[in-house]
Amino acid sequence: MKQDNLREWEQKCIQEEPPECTAACPIHIDARLFVKEMGRGDHEAAFKVLAKTMPFPGILGRICDHPCELKCKRGEVEAPIAIGLLERNCVERATGKVRVQLLPRRGQTIAILGGGLAGLTAAWDLLRKGFGVTIFERSHELGGSLREFPGNTLPQEIIDEELAVLDTLKADCRLGQALDATVFEDICREFDAVFIDREAVAGCNLPLKLDDAGEITIDAASGATDREGVYAGGGTRCIGAYSPINETIQGRKGSLSIERFIQKANMGAGRENDGPFQTRLFTSIAGIDPIPRVQPKDAEAGFSNEEALAEAGRCIQCECMECVKVCLYLERYQAYPKKYARQIFNNEQVIYGAAHTKNQFVNSCSTCGLCETVCPNAFNMGDLCLQARRAMNEQKFMPLSFHEFALTDMAHSNGEQFAFSHHQPGTEGSAWLYFPSCQLCATSPGEVISSYRFLQERLTGGVGVMLGCCGAPAYWAGRDDLFRETMDALRTQWEQLGSPRVITACSTCLSLFREQIPGMEAVSLWRVLEETGLPVDACAATGTTVAVADPCITRHDPETQGSVRRIAGAIGMTIEELPLSGDKPECCGYGGLMYNANPKLAKDVIDRRASTKTADPGKYYHTTVSGHDYLAYCAMCRDKLAGAGKRVSHLIELIFPTVAGGDPAARGWISWSQRRTNRARVKQELLRELGGKGEDIVEPYANILLEMTPEVSRRIDERRILEGDVRTVIDHAERSGQRLRNSASGQYRACLQSGNVTFWVDYTPADNRFQVHNAYCHRMKIVGVKK
Amino acid sequence: MNLPGEAQGWICAACGGELEMMKVGFTYMKGNFEVDLPACRNCGLVLVSEELATGKMADAERILEDK
Ligand code: SF4
Ligand code: SF4
Ligand code: SF4
Ligand SMILES: [Zn+2]
Repeated sequence: MKQDNLREWEQKCIQEEPPECTAACPIHIDARLFVKEMGRGDHEAAFKVLAKTMPFPGILGRICDHPCELKCKRGEVEAPIAIGLLERNCVERATGKVRVQLLPRRGQTIAILGGGLAGLTAAWDLLRKGFGVTIFERSHELGGSLREFPGNTLPQEIIDEELAVLDTLKADCRLGQALDATVFEDICREFDAVFIDREAVAGCNLPLKLDDAGEITIDAASGATDREGVYAGGGTRCIGAYSPINETIQGRKGSLSIERFIQKANMGAGRENDGPFQTRLFTSIAGIDPIPRVQPKDAEAGFSNEEALAEAGRCIQCECMECVKVCLYLERYQAYPKKYARQIFNNEQVIYGAAHTKNQFVNSCSTCGLCETVCPNAFNMGDLCLQARRAMNEQKFMPLSFHEFALTDMAHSNGEQFAFSHHQPGTEGSAWLYFPSCQLCATSPGEVISSYRFLQERLTGGVGVMLGCCGAPAYWAGRDDLFRETMDALRTQWEQLGSPRVITACSTCLSLFREQIPGMEAVSLWRVLEETGLPVDACAATGTTVAVADPCITRHDPETQGSVRRIAGAIGMTIEELPLSGDKPECCGYGGLMYNANPKLAKDVIDRRASTKTADPGKYYHTTVSGHDYLAYCAMCRDKLAGAGKRVSHLIELIFPTVAGGDPAARGWISWSQRRTNRARVKQELLRELGGKGEDIVEPYANILLEMTPEVSRRIDERRILEGDVRTVIDHAERSGQRLRNSASGQYRACLQSGNVTFWVDYTPADNRFQVHNAYCHRMKIVGVKK
Repeated sequence: MNLPGEAQGWICAACGGELEMMKVGFTYMKGNFEVDLPACRNCGLVLVSEELATGKMADAERILEDK
């Protein structure tokens, strides 16, 4: 990944953008954090948040005219958070003092004309930046309009206390100063720059350009007057609407401009967000219940502590996290895509020998694309991860273990035990080509055969058949080489069959064919069955309600989704829509090879989807589930959901039932071994229909008969140990005699490294069979005993 | 050295010998390790328990994959 590519990704995720309140606050108080601290009842921490940005928090906190509230998201639900009243409650009670972090002293001195809030803010900012500051004020005290607030809102002593900090910072305050054109010229000569608080210089006739209303004209962005080095601001009172926060921001803008003027820095650069701006943060208010705004019992006294606590508790704590709310993977790693993009970038760079600590992370995403659908900016974490996987392969640091099982399974599907293509028996050409998919053949071999017979009956022009894997595992693994090779092989066979229209029962195959093979017309089996009509013995499911579990790959395929729903309706089913269906289906944990690279996460994903528990307190991710049976139309979705204990059937089981009146939703889990056997069975069956051409392919060590309890069988399957692996170990142990024996139980234990995995099996020979008690494996290779 | 509980009762079926704790070498993802494990001194047969394979060894593999 290149730097600018990283920037693009980062730009897309707006989770770190400020909330509306902060963006609308002219001085950008972190109001979200402030309100959060108030919600904890922590006045001191809340005060610190204010003091970080606010000059004289004891003053402004009492009187701010809070434009933030106009934009507060809570306002879209019922009424905005009373940020102003909360600030007042905070500063009235907090005992903390403002700690001033002084920057190193600088040689330049700045004159401030006028001690209203704008002038005082400029003075405060410039003092903190290390400039010498002299305040010229006509009256005999600082504060200007601040002195006119009612005493119970802003007591005089508070103003004095707060302004005492100017003395501490050694500001030179010259009170009772006459200000006229001559004095002004002297000041301009003596000081390096000048800030004028317009409220304080009314009628002084300063030699500066004025507007129609007699105010000193300033550039709105910088506060510059028509004289170099002289900046001005404030005076909102003169236009009839005194706004403390606008006085403050104008003082602040002036001080920033003066600093840049003195440093001869670019005046405008990076100042787009000076003052209020429109944030890019998206915050959903869906599902947020209205809570009325707290009204202080004693309006003059403001909030009591209890009232403040209740009011602060209404804050939504605005943020986006839309994607994290629907994806356990994103939640599990405890950040959000902007952070993840940076981590993935760093993982690829590996500067100074640092570890690739995000390898598993990059390979755990199911690439389902749900994040893109829900993100306000269409951030697709799946695309980012696929891109990163390709780079890992190219740079040769992809650990084999992440994809090896899946790629081996794919090789099985594209090997002699399964791969096959032929015209319809008795024909020489194909108008159609049925591609049932490797995974459907693995789980529903009988239904695949019946559906193929049915298609041959109903369609004209010949229906050829092709068995194999579309290459999706290679695609997900970021193995473009292997994926290309697989696609090319499929395309060649398809062309040799005369480029017929392809019918596939797998949505992943459908999507890859449509995207990757130009000229191939591919359509879903469900769409075709809508045209041909359903077989007479299709299940009659009248009166049942199911929730359709759309496979994640169909999110942009409403045509297929519609066909499935219409067929389900036609056999009598009532459909309940899951909240995450249509363009928002979740993945079952097979997609993107999550199950291979991160089995623990994949298990959690499917367990959540199969349970009826929806929410974990304090977590973002909420599952959307239904108590009804699920109707799947992806083989992996069916197998994964069934494996997690959910009642689920595959649409093909309903249309082409193998047992009349059966209950396919009760079929349950299926092992990886059985899936391979089933695939081989489909091929054998097709070969028989072609007149017994070809021979039965005998699995190696098929003569070694195994026996195991369902528990053992399930356990070893979860460890992705195939029965074939077990047989290999036993065969080797029995022939070589290399095995351990337990003197108490009489069981044998033996191991064998096969490929990159070492398998261990506990077994007891029994007559002509072997009772298998357990099996486990590891990838570390045993080098041997050190003598 | 005493054998851990899990290894008790296992003998080498090839030679009938008892297992003893011995240094066993492993390798994974360019890393080499030595672990004390029960093994047969005569035949070199090693015992990796289920607990070790699915626990510490699996964890170590994971860590090495993120290196
Ligand atoms: S709800 Fe809270 S975080 Fe959101 S805009 Fe309002 S005060 Fe700010
Ligand atoms: S699993 Fe799906 S929703 Fe989650 S990050 Fe990957 S592509 Fe996005
Ligand atoms: S949905 Fe996710 S990726 Fe998109 S902006 Fe929000 S947090 Fe970022
Ligand atoms: Zn021995």
